[in-house]
Amino acid sequence: MPTIEVNGKTIEVDEEGYLVNLSDWSEEVADFLAKEEKVEMTPNHWEVVNFLREYYNEYQIAPAIRVLTKAIAKKLGPDKGNNKYLYELFPYGPAKQACKIAGLPKPTGCI
Amino acid sequence: MSDEIEMEEGGGVVKKFMFLNRKAPYGTIYALEGLEVVLISAAFEQDVCMAFVDDGVYQLMKDVDTSGIEMKNFSKTYRALEGYDIEKLYVERESMELRGLTEDDFIVDVTVLSSAELAALMAEQDVVISH
Repeated sequence: MPTIEVNGKTIEVDEEGYLVNLSDWSEEVADFLAKEEKVEMTPNHWEVVNFLREYYNEYQIAPAIRVLTKAIAKKLGPDKGNNKYLYELFPYGPAKQACKIAGLPKPTGCI
Repeated sequence: MSDEIEMEEGGGVVKKFMFLNRKAPYGTIYALEGLEVVLISAAFEQDVCMAFVDDGVYQLMKDVDTSGIEMKNFSKTYRALEGYDIEKLYVERESMELRGLTEDDFIVDVTVLSSAELAALMAEQDVVISH
């Protein structure tokens, strides 16, 4: 199993770089994963990451992008709940990149 | 047959799918894997419903605590179905009553159907996937 090193702590990740244990997540780990994804974290990025963590906590899955977009629109408004906004924040796919940074598994229903 | 199938705007074919759940949620992998298949199927924008029969009705129980068996508690995930536009959830009345359950025991809103009603609904489907 591959690992990453954050603040001297060794953390297991899968072959695509997603955390194996959700409990290993911290803001420092998120920053590390964001750097690997070449994403510069801003308050708007954190808002999406935190939204994903809340979603996971409530439903125990990482949402598909279509579902994420709809759920964000409902909670944060249509200005943020759309593909353009989310892809600007996470160019290589909001579901893939934001879920990874949030420490979640790869989204269910993502094809 | 094919001309009876409704066409959606994009020109894709929409079929009626029923995912039939007969097994208790924990102890085997059927319920969790079945639920994941349903969530993935949502991406294909088909007309999907789920039916819970036999011990499958236990999948919808609320206040489940899986800490003692060290399995992920995916019971809450049934509540995510609505966000995936899967809103037709049917429970067979006979299975529910035989197990001493009522609709209040479930984590999501369901439609309770008699065995005969469910059989009729099943006959209307293009595809029935049972697990």
